[in-house]
Amino acid sequence: MKTALPAACIAFASSAPMRGTAALAAASISFTVVGMVGSSLGVAAIWHRAGRAWQAPAAIRAGLPRTCAVPAPIYPAMEPLALYIHWPFCQAKCPYCDFNSHVRERIEQPRFRAALRRELAFEAERAGRRPLASIFFGGGTPSLMEPETAAALIEDARALFEAPADLEVTLEANPTSVEAGKLAAFRDAGVNRVSLGVQSLEEEALRFLGRRHSAAQAVAALEMARGLFPRISFDLIYARPGQAEAAWRAELRQALALVADHLSLYQLTIEPGTRFATEHARGAFALPEPEEAARLYAATAEEAARFGLAPYEVSNYARPGAESRHNLVYWRYGDYLGIGPGAHQRVMRDGALLAIRRHRAPEEWLARVEREGHAITAEESLAPADRAREALLMGLRLAEGVDPARIEARSGVALAEALEPAMLAACLEEGYLEWTAAGWLRATGEGRLRLDAMLPVLLR
Amino acid sequence: MTDTPLSQIRNFSIIAHIDHGKSTLADRLIQATGAVAAREMKEQLLDNMELERERGITIKAQTVRLAYPAKDGKTYVLNLMDTPGHVDFAYEVSRSLAACEGSLLVVDASQGVEAQTLANVYQAIDAGHEIVPVLNKIDLPAAEPDRVKQQIEDVIGLDASDAVEISAKTGLNIEGVLDALVARLPPPKGNPDAPLKALLVDSWYDQYLGVVILVRVKDGHLRKGQRIRMMAKGQVHTVEQCGVFTPKMVAMDSLGPGEMGYITAAIKTVADTNVGDTLTDDRHPATEALPGFKPSIPVVWCGLYPVDADDFEKLRESLAKLRLNDASFHYEAETSAALGFGFRCGFLGLLHLEIVQERLSREFDLDLIATAPSVVYKIRKTNGELTELHNPADMPDGSLIDSIEEPWIKATIMVPDEYLGAVLTLCNDRRGQQVELTYVGNRAMAVYRLPLNEVVFDFYDRLKSISRGYASFDYAMDGYEEGDLVKISLLVNAEPVDALSFMAHRSAAEKRGRQICEKLKELIPRQLFKIPIQAAIGGRVIARETISALSKDVTAKCYGGDISRKRKLLEKQKEGKKRMRQFGKVEIPQSAFIAALKMDA
Repeated sequence: MKTALPAACIAFASSAPMRGTAALAAASISFTVVGMVGSSLGVAAIWHRAGRAWQAPAAIRAGLPRTCAVPAPIYPAMEPLALYIHWPFCQAKCPYCDFNSHVRERIEQPRFRAALRRELAFEAERAGRRPLASIFFGGGTPSLMEPETAAALIEDARALFEAPADLEVTLEANPTSVEAGKLAAFRDAGVNRVSLGVQSLEEEALRFLGRRHSAAQAVAALEMARGLFPRISFDLIYARPGQAEAAWRAELRQALALVADHLSLYQLTIEPGTRFATEHARGAFALPEPEEAARLYAATAEEAARFGLAPYEVSNYARPGAESRHNLVYWRYGDYLGIGPGAHQRVMRDGALLAIRRHRAPEEWLARVEREGHAITAEESLAPADRAREALLMGLRLAEGVDPARIEARSGVALAEALEPAMLAACLEEGYLEWTAAGWLRATGEGRLRLDAMLPVLLR
Repeated sequence: MTDTPLSQIRNFSIIAHIDHGKSTLADRLIQATGAVAAREMKEQLLDNMELERERGITIKAQTVRLAYPAKDGKTYVLNLMDTPGHVDFAYEVSRSLAACEGSLLVVDASQGVEAQTLANVYQAIDAGHEIVPVLNKIDLPAAEPDRVKQQIEDVIGLDASDAVEISAKTGLNIEGVLDALVARLPPPKGNPDAPLKALLVDSWYDQYLGVVILVRVKDGHLRKGQRIRMMAKGQVHTVEQCGVFTPKMVAMDSLGPGEMGYITAAIKTVADTNVGDTLTDDRHPATEALPGFKPSIPVVWCGLYPVDADDFEKLRESLAKLRLNDASFHYEAETSAALGFGFRCGFLGLLHLEIVQERLSREFDLDLIATAPSVVYKIRKTNGELTELHNPADMPDGSLIDSIEEPWIKATIMVPDEYLGAVLTLCNDRRGQQVELTYVGNRAMAVYRLPLNEVVFDFYDRLKSISRGYASFDYAMDGYEEGDLVKISLLVNAEPVDALSFMAHRSAAEKRGRQICEKLKELIPRQLFKIPIQAAIGGRVIARETISALSKDVTAKCYGGDISRKRKLLEKQKEGKKRMRQFGKVEIPQSAFIAALKMDA
């Protein structure tokens, strides 16, 4: 574990025994922190203009050794947190998916519900009562969750954090009839945005992708969702084997006409360890060549634009204002909590940016949470250079680009130091990168198309 | 033992084309004379090195002393000298031959005379040998002893009527070979009372004994404890051990005239023992050395680089170890922008190059890249200075050059009729000049003068492929001649790639330049930026290709859970870039250069 902070504080954060909230409250002592590293102050100044008084999290208050010389007041206000909740179960594993998902015959919903709530409480204790930006139920297939689980977690989150009235609460859902039938209950639970895994509007493609719903069911689910939720997004997978540009344009137009304010349009990617990886290696099917993939990508942006959807990230298209606030936190490299099996977390604590991971296997995760209150398997304080790389590899996916001041505030590394100067110049000259009028650095459309090739040479 | 009368000694070598049965015959002779117990018998007894066994070639000379009780009731000492059989080691061969009075010419009775056989048999004739033709594989249904005898007479001009017909494989008529050796080969000449004169035939490094020297005593005696002097090198050593090979090393008190054997003298490296040197007694030296000494000079050079830059020191150590046992190859450190740190190495020829490369990878477990082999050019500068060029990268500016000379060879190619046309076309394409074209039955023998430069560039592979492996090829160096030669530089993203520059005749420059540009275009993966590839002579571009920028490379999905993974992947990619070479804003994987160089070889 690497850290720039007093060792005692971090040692506590990573390894102290985690106790119940009651015990923590009883043991609490009062203190506040100053002398944060410059980067956190920078965050406060630049990112979060609306400052807010803050108290050290109870966990730290409780366990901080008295010898740790961190004196007096005023911890700067924190930017809002995003909250990710992972539901690790699916009815079947899709052949392209490498997410942490598992198929189980029976799921003890109440136990998982209790465990998720417990992890949420645990993290909220450590994070303190920060403003909340969003909640996102991902998976797996979170629409297989009992709506009561979502309801309880949303209610907890609203109680534990400062939640605005229009808090974005997204649920990923599959458009099978069973799940569509539960959408109203999820709405009642507090979900106000759904992201439907439509994937395709062609039957043959749905079969190829191993989906358990028909195109008609997808359309029906979308129509039902439109009556229930103010904001709707859905996913499509394109650049499928043998997919012609004209056919994709037609399919996309049909999808766009279904009126969503947001679309995630992913080119089919062969992920290692998936069934598709095996079949692809065997030569069972071939993906389009990069030239063809680039043409399909351009066609996608063109069609989306005709319906008023702009690409604000590599694969995400939205009407202005309808961008996923939750996902923007990731791409802008903000703080997010992740609970549930295998969930990842990035959170600034005492000036250290912590990367936290949780146990991936659902049963083991459950056992650990029930035993210890959390299932954290790794907690690492990211070095400034690592933070800069992460901030840039995410931020350059966005059409808006990155704000140099924010990169520096978040990572402690000046943007100029984080980039290879010769490559920056070459990418600017080639038109892959540009400076915006506001002084942000952004990848152009051409640049974003080649981001994976650009990053390893551009980033230091 | 040392007092074997000269009249009862026969020293001989065996001349044969690869696969015509030299090693098998040697094994049979050893068996027949009982030099090795049956249980110790293994195939190719004399070829110690793994590489020698595998490729059926002999790299180091060896001797074995056989005791043969002949029909006249006397027991003869038959010293078999196993010589390297390749032109790369022509000088070593000539010294081995100088140590013998006769040769067995082994010819496959079904295949007939091959090019390599020819060159070696002529060398043996030049050395004054009595030649005993031996027809091997006589038991094969395809054997045509009469045709092959006729061929030996026609092509070589030897009387083959008394050729010994044998099958080394079955052991048929091995006795006949032994009798012919005794009856037809002259005994060695020598004066036991004259000051010591012994020919240094070969030497090798043994990790327990130090350098072992193979000698043929001409005059006088070589004794244990004797102070001996190397006449060319001037160094003095004390003989620690002397003896003979049976083929096991057997120590003796002394070696007399006509004998072959070994000595050890606490010598640390074979670089201190020059093949062809004369050993004499330090206190009673001979006045004149044996004729024919010449130091070995590399004719082919190439760069050797470790694929993994971390292996540089290991390569340096391995080269030093190898040189302990092979003084004929040379090396010096050099650096290349494309390949990093490595060595410029000089070899006696292409086979020698291949052998050293293979031994480095096999015995020292090194993964190596070799640049295209280059011959040694002689450059006359406008200021009158004459320099030798081993590396095209060192070529002086064109304005400073008055003329360039390149080495030529005389090549002998034997090939079945039906492939002759293709072979002649190949030779003509490579600036060959026909010297002679003769037929023996349905086989043609073409003698060509060729620039060595054209031969090091994939000539051998082409020859094999156009003749379906039936052509045999041999060559001898044939002097230097002025040529219209140019250096072709390869530029990637406008920067020269030193490792890929090469010399070519002006008439072939454009074609070769275009070929290598096309090749690189295939080998270099598309990148973020387009990459121009050019071949140029001086400042003039003669060929050009462009690798267009890659069209799409971006992860479709990237959310909160992917950040660590993406960063780690990024770090791995950055680490991988250390193995790439920077050419302005593009990085070329070293593997692309390696592949380009491999295609050249």
